[in-house]
Amino acid sequence: MTTAQAAMTVPLTARKESIADKVFGAFSAGAAVIILVTLAAVATFLLTEAWPALTSTAAELASKVAWLGTGSGETLISVIGYLVFGTILVSAVALAIATPVSIGIALFISHFAPRRLAAGLGYLIDLLAAIPSVVYGLWGSIVLLPVLKPFYQWLGHYFGWIPLFAPDPATGEVSPTGRVALSASIVLAIMIIPIVTAISREVFLQTPKLHEEAALAMGATRWEMIRMAVLPFGRPGVIGATMLGLGRALGETMAVYMIISGGLTFSFSVIQSGKHNTIAAYIASQFPEANGSGVSALIAMGLALFVITLLVNMLARWVVSRRSEFSGAN
Amino acid sequence: MATSTVSSPLGTLSTRRRTINGLMTALVYGAFVVALVPLVWLSITVVRKGSDRFMLDSNGNHHFNLDFLNQSMKGVFGGMPEGGILHAIVGTLLITLTATIISVPIGLLTAIYIVEYGRGKLRFAVRFFVDVMTGIPSIVAGLFAYALFAILVGPGTKTGLVGAVALSVLMIPVVVRSSEEMLRLVPNELREAAYALGVPKWLTVLKVVVRTAFAGISTGVTLAIARVIGETAPLLIAVGVIDSYNTNVFSGRMMTLPVYIVSEWRKGSAVCNDPSKICVPEITEYRAWAAALVLILIVMALNLIARLISKYFSPKTGR
Repeated sequence: MTTAQAAMTVPLTARKESIADKVFGAFSAGAAVIILVTLAAVATFLLTEAWPALTSTAAELASKVAWLGTGSGETLISVIGYLVFGTILVSAVALAIATPVSIGIALFISHFAPRRLAAGLGYLIDLLAAIPSVVYGLWGSIVLLPVLKPFYQWLGHYFGWIPLFAPDPATGEVSPTGRVALSASIVLAIMIIPIVTAISREVFLQTPKLHEEAALAMGATRWEMIRMAVLPFGRPGVIGATMLGLGRALGETMAVYMIISGGLTFSFSVIQSGKHNTIAAYIASQFPEANGSGVSALIAMGLALFVITLLVNMLARWVVSRRSEFSGAN
Repeated sequence: MATSTVSSPLGTLSTRRRTINGLMTALVYGAFVVALVPLVWLSITVVRKGSDRFMLDSNGNHHFNLDFLNQSMKGVFGGMPEGGILHAIVGTLLITLTATIISVPIGLLTAIYIVEYGRGKLRFAVRFFVDVMTGIPSIVAGLFAYALFAILVGPGTKTGLVGAVALSVLMIPVVVRSSEEMLRLVPNELREAAYALGVPKWLTVLKVVVRTAFAGISTGVTLAIARVIGETAPLLIAVGVIDSYNTNVFSGRMMTLPVYIVSEWRKGSAVCNDPSKICVPEITEYRAWAAALVLILIVMALNLIARLISKYFSPKTGR
């Protein structure tokens, strides 16, 4: 439109401005393209650096990388396999803890708390997201673990028949340190609660007022109204929110690194130490001492993590955006 | 509300429905309380344990001082009661500042592109991938920056700039999303009024749209800074650790506050063998908690500033 105007009004200044307009537009488009390039570069550079580790034979790599050393008998692929399993297990347990709590908080803020307090209470929950992960790690490893230990003993004693809470078969005891996958999951759950809560809250608030009022007018109690009107409406949004939380949990490094006592197995027991580790925590623990080949192997792991989180996040965004198309809220 | 209506004009509420409603209400309230427990617990712990280091002077006496804030870790070893975080604060500020200088222009221009210029597939792709970029794990951002500089400069390059690039990868999408939302809030009438006066589009964007949204954009940028200032994993990988000052972002390793916390925590208790020297076994833990306290105070201050900006400087809308 402006170019058409500039063409109509001949003055030189206008033409100069149309050039400036094009330059500015090109700049902003350039910045947008930089983002796409960056994302492609992340994949490319990680792949380039990981290439030596990915292409060398298992024996060749084992001779150069300490944690693949001759004694362990593991290959890079098998280590990544253990770590992917550990990452998914820790994140899944975290999600299982965080999701019901987050839905509860979101409902509390959107439908239970007094209107005037709701915004302030929401801000309080958001504060949980503002605390740096390293502080969670410090708090978890020094303060929380001693409190959780007796709980794990209780869990192993009474619920040991569930594979998830199985104590060590050799000794019949659970971890004496508390540095187990479940501890990491609990701290991760605290960290993703604000994320899942924030999105669920928004979705619940968008529930059509007429649906809610109709349910109440039919004589439904507040919970029945929520079950009939709010939850069905918000379900896709909550699923998307949960997956975004999962994406965060999968990539979280420091809290897991500082809490978990690492190990490489396919054990399902989350209250035994030395059984699991996550990709991110493993990279953080090995990177400072790694040599050239070690770095390359660790970057290969980072690439695996990148691909996993990318898929989870894309799926989550797709679910959330599909919801907004159908909601009719706009 | 539900408890009072045992019998309403419409009939009686069955005990079962009443119990379920009460139970669920209790669960929902309980969920909120459950989430507050770690927040309160963690805050109290950090304040209590964080003050220990400030109550320990260089003679090992119990006496309030601020040595921790104006010493580095140079020449500090074992259980010496000295040692502070000035070098880490300097490093954190410089790296975060560099990351901000990289991220804000790119992020803001991208937001302008999405809202004002973009159309079609490219706009859709940019929006989608900005969302995807929000989900990049911080450690992957660190690995990316490391790999980038390993190829461009040489293997094993660890400088403040590498860390700043890693933080930018995490910061740019946050800046884009918040700026985009703020630019969208600017009413179209303002743009049309500017066009009607013959103002070219780029000037309209800069002088009308961005100026109107300036407070909101500043809030978003401050929150983005607050988010990346506590990042640990990428800096551990891209910047490394050092015990003394380094104010040059372009060369040499730097210390940052979050990494300082981890490295002190990793040291474990100090071993005290020599009775002639002042030695505090728990000093490393004291330092870690004190640094955590300072870091949390910085993050909270940034959050507060962001809220104040949006409260006092945002344009008054008619709503």
